[in-house]
Amino acid sequence: MTHHEKKAQKTELAALKTNGDVVETTLAEAVNPTVGRRGFMAGAAGLTFAVSAAGFMTARSADVLAASGKGNTLNAYVTINPDDTVTIQSPAAEMGQGIMTAIPMIIAEELDADWDKVNVVQAPAAPTYGNPKLGGGVITVASRAVDGYWDSVRMAGAQARRVLIDAAAAQWSVPASELSTEPNEVVHKASGKSMSYGDIAKTATVPAELPKLTEADLKKPADFRIVGKSVPRVDVPAKTRGEFTYGMDAEIDGMVYASLLRTPIEGGSPDTVDDAAAKAVKGVVGVFKLKDAVAVVGSTIESTQKGKDALKVTWKPGPAAGFNSVNALPEYAARAENLSEAGLPALTEGDAKGTIAGSDKVYKATYTADYTYHGQMEPMNITAMVDADGKGADVWVGTQAAGLMAFVGSLILQTKPPKIRVHQLGLGGGFGRRIYPDMVAYPLILSKITKKPVKVIFSREDDIGAGKLRPMTAHHLEASVKDGKIDAWHHRLVGESIIGFTGPPQRLKASKGVDPLTMEGHETLYTIPNKATEYLREQRDTALAAWRAIGSGYNKFVIEAFMDEIAHAEGVDPIEFRLRMMDDHRSRRVIEATAKMADWGRTREGTALGFSYAIIWGTRTAGIVEVSVDKATGAVKAHNFWSAVDPGIVVNPDTIAAQTESNVIYGLGQALKERITYDNGAIEQTNYHDYTVMRMEDAPEIHTHVMASDNRPTGIGEIALPLVGGAVSNAIFAATGARVRSMPFTPDRVKEAMKA
Amino acid sequence: MVAFTLNGKSTNVDAEPDTPLLWVVREHLKMTGTKFGCGAGLCGACTIHLDGEPVRSCQTTVGDVSGKSVTTIEALSPNGTHPLQVAWVAEQVPQCGYCQSGQIMQAASLLAKNKNPSREEIIEHMNGNICRCGTYTRIIRAIQRAAREA
Repeated sequence: MTHHEKKAQKTELAALKTNGDVVETTLAEAVNPTVGRRGFMAGAAGLTFAVSAAGFMTARSADVLAASGKGNTLNAYVTINPDDTVTIQSPAAEMGQGIMTAIPMIIAEELDADWDKVNVVQAPAAPTYGNPKLGGGVITVASRAVDGYWDSVRMAGAQARRVLIDAAAAQWSVPASELSTEPNEVVHKASGKSMSYGDIAKTATVPAELPKLTEADLKKPADFRIVGKSVPRVDVPAKTRGEFTYGMDAEIDGMVYASLLRTPIEGGSPDTVDDAAAKAVKGVVGVFKLKDAVAVVGSTIESTQKGKDALKVTWKPGPAAGFNSVNALPEYAARAENLSEAGLPALTEGDAKGTIAGSDKVYKATYTADYTYHGQMEPMNITAMVDADGKGADVWVGTQAAGLMAFVGSLILQTKPPKIRVHQLGLGGGFGRRIYPDMVAYPLILSKITKKPVKVIFSREDDIGAGKLRPMTAHHLEASVKDGKIDAWHHRLVGESIIGFTGPPQRLKASKGVDPLTMEGHETLYTIPNKATEYLREQRDTALAAWRAIGSGYNKFVIEAFMDEIAHAEGVDPIEFRLRMMDDHRSRRVIEATAKMADWGRTREGTALGFSYAIIWGTRTAGIVEVSVDKATGAVKAHNFWSAVDPGIVVNPDTIAAQTESNVIYGLGQALKERITYDNGAIEQTNYHDYTVMRMEDAPEIHTHVMASDNRPTGIGEIALPLVGGAVSNAIFAATGARVRSMPFTPDRVKEAMKA
Repeated sequence: MVAFTLNGKSTNVDAEPDTPLLWVVREHLKMTGTKFGCGAGLCGACTIHLDGEPVRSCQTTVGDVSGKSVTTIEALSPNGTHPLQVAWVAEQVPQCGYCQSGQIMQAASLLAKNKNPSREEIIEHMNGNICRCGTYTRIIRAIQRAAREA
C-alpha cells in the first residue's frame, strides 16, 4: 500500500485538519461515485416553468423550485424578460473553449430565440446545472460539456418555446398546432398575427404540468438558424478591456492575503519553523503551520511575500524523497521491454502475443514521454470566507469542478456541501489543472483561524512546485505484418497511475488496476485482428492529474509514430498504409481531407511533412505538420499544421478552429519543449525560463477544416493535441532519416537521434 | 506614500517604495485588468505603459514610477474602442483571455511607433508575451488588421 492509499483510508476528519490529509482523504470519496455522498452528485430533475413576481418567465428545475419554495428565484436556463431580451444561464466553466457561447446557442436554437437579444450569464454552481453525462456533477472536464448537456438543454429550450406557443394559442383562441415561431416571436400564419416572446411573457400563465416533448419535437439540424454558424463568443469583448473577472480578481471587503511556503517534496511537511523575521514584516498578521506548507497571512499581498521570503523552515521529507526522474526514465523503458513481466490487460482482442511470436515479420520500438506541467497563465488562487458559526463558507474561485470543491470544502468544515457556496469566477486557463480541488483547504482553514476573508495566491514557483502533472511514461510496442497489413499489435505502457494519486484505491480496483486516465487513448480504430494493450504501474509518489487530452497526448504519439515506422519499413506511403486498416468512414474522410489540404504528395525544399490520426472522445481528427530541422543544432521548427476535424454536429465552427489552433500550440509545446524533471523528489523547474512553452516565434500557420456530420456532437477542447507528438516525430524522420522516440524532441535528443 | 499618475489621475498610494507596481495597481488600486502571471518578467501578462513605454509591472516598483504616468488596459481607450481592441474582437483572439490585457498593451506600444509593422516586426515585439491558449496566429492577424483599419 502506498503512502497515498494509506492516507486515503483515513475517514475521520478534525475540524482544522491540515491540508494534505484533508484533500487526499476527501477526494477518495468525492471522485468515486460508488462511495461517499452520492446524493450530492445526483443530477437535476426535470425542468418546470414559473412566472416571477416581476412577470418574468423562467424555466427552472423542479428541485430548485422545491428548495426555494417560491417562484421568483431566477435560477435556471431560460428567462424571457418583458423587454423581449432573453437571459440564458451558462452551466459549464468557461476557460477559453467557448462553452459559455456554445451551450446558450443550443438553448437559443430550440427556443427559437433571436441571438441578438440573448444575454448569457454564468449559472450558479448548483447541482441543477450539473452535467448529465458526468454523474450530474458541476464539473467541466474531458471535453464532455456539449456532449453531456446536449439532450437536456435542447429539451429545456424546446419546452420553453412550447410554453410560449401554448400561451399565445390561449390568448388568440386558436389551436397551438396552427402556430409556429420566428426568432423571438410566435406567429399565426393563417391570420397574420404575431407576438414577441417578451409580450407573451408579460401575461403568460404557466401550465401546472410541463408540456411533454420527445426527440421528435426538436429541430432537425437542417432547420438550425444559430447552431452551425460562427457566432462571436460572448466573453470576448470583456477580455479585450481587462473587464473579465477571474478568480485572481476576487475582491472581498475586509480581505487579507496569504502566501504559502510549500514543501519542496510532494507529501512532505514543515518540521521546524522560525517565523520571527516573517512576523516582523510590516503588514504580516500571522504565520500558520499547515500540513504541507507554512502560510503567511497579511494585510497586503506584498507583505505576505516578504514574510514568506523571511521564513526559515526545515522539512520532513515526503515519500517521493530520493526520486530522480532522469534516472527513472531508462528504468521505465527497460521494464516496458521486459516481456517476462506481464502487465495488466487494458485491451485484449484475439491473440496478439501468440501471433507476433509466430510471425517472421515483427517490428519493435520503445518510446518515452516526460512529465508535463499545465502552465496555465493564471497561477492557482482562491478566496474564502468562513461563516461565523464555522459551518459554512463562501468561496470565490475559477474552477472546473465547483461541485468537487464544495464537497471537499464541506468535509474540511464538517458541514454539508450546499453550505460551501462556490462562486464561479473566470478561469485563466484550465487544461485540467483546475479540476483537482487542492486549493480549497488553505483559505478555509486560514479564514476559520483569522475570521476574515482570505485570498491565497500561488506564485508561479508555487504553481509549478505544486504541479499536478501528466505522468512520465515509457512504451514498448511490437507488431507483426502479414500481407501488407498489421495483423497483431502489442503495446505495453509503464507509468504512474493518475487516479492512484487523485484517489481512491477502490476506483483503481474497480478498473482491475488499469488506470483509465493514464491509459487514455491507447485504443485505436485500426482494423487489426489481434490487439493487446497492457499497463505496468509505477509508484513514485508524485502528484498527478488530468492534463489536456490526458493519456492521448503520449499514447497517440507512440501509436502514430510506430505506424509510421512500420509503413516506412514496408515501403508503403504512411497514409496509404493506415487507410488499408481503416474502415471507419468518418476517420477516412478526415484523413483524406487532411492529405489534400497539405498537398501530401508534394516534396518540399528544406522542409518535410509528418502525418498523424486520432480519435479523441468520439471526435475524428487527422493532422499533418511541416517542419524543418536545423541539422547543426537539432532544433525543430514547425511551419504549417493542417487538420481536418469531424466533431459530429458543429455548434460554433470558429470555436472549433480556435480550439484546433490552441491544441496545436499546446501540443507542440509538449512535443518540442516542455519537460518537468525531479531530483530528490522535488520538481526542478521554477518558472517560464526553465519550463519553456511555445512563444509567438514558434507558432506555425494552422489550417483547420471543420467537417460537420450528422452525428451527435462530441468534444472539441482537446482535439489536435493527440496528433502533434506523432506528426512531429514522423516529420523529423522525413526531414532527417532519424527517428526520435523520446518526447519532448529537444535539440539534444534530435541530434542524438541523427548520430544513431 | 508614493505619488504618480494612474490613467490620467493623480494618485497617492500608501505602499512601501519597493512594492511591485503590479500589486499596487491590482490590489491597492483595484485596476484588476493587469494580470499576474510569473512575477519574473518572463510572460508579459502584467504589461502596462509607463510614460508611454511598455514595461512589466511585476519588475517595476512603485518607487520607480514616482511622479510618472502609468496607463493600464482600463484606460487604453474609452469603452474598448482602440483599434487593437476592435480587431481583437473581430479576429476572436482571446480564449481564456488572461494574458490578453498584456498582449494588447504590448501591441499598442508597437503600433504607436510603427503604423505598419511587418510580420517579423510583430513577432519580434510580441515574443515576450506568452499565451498558453496559443492564440498567437490570431494576435498577429489582429495587429495586422488594426494597422490596416486604424
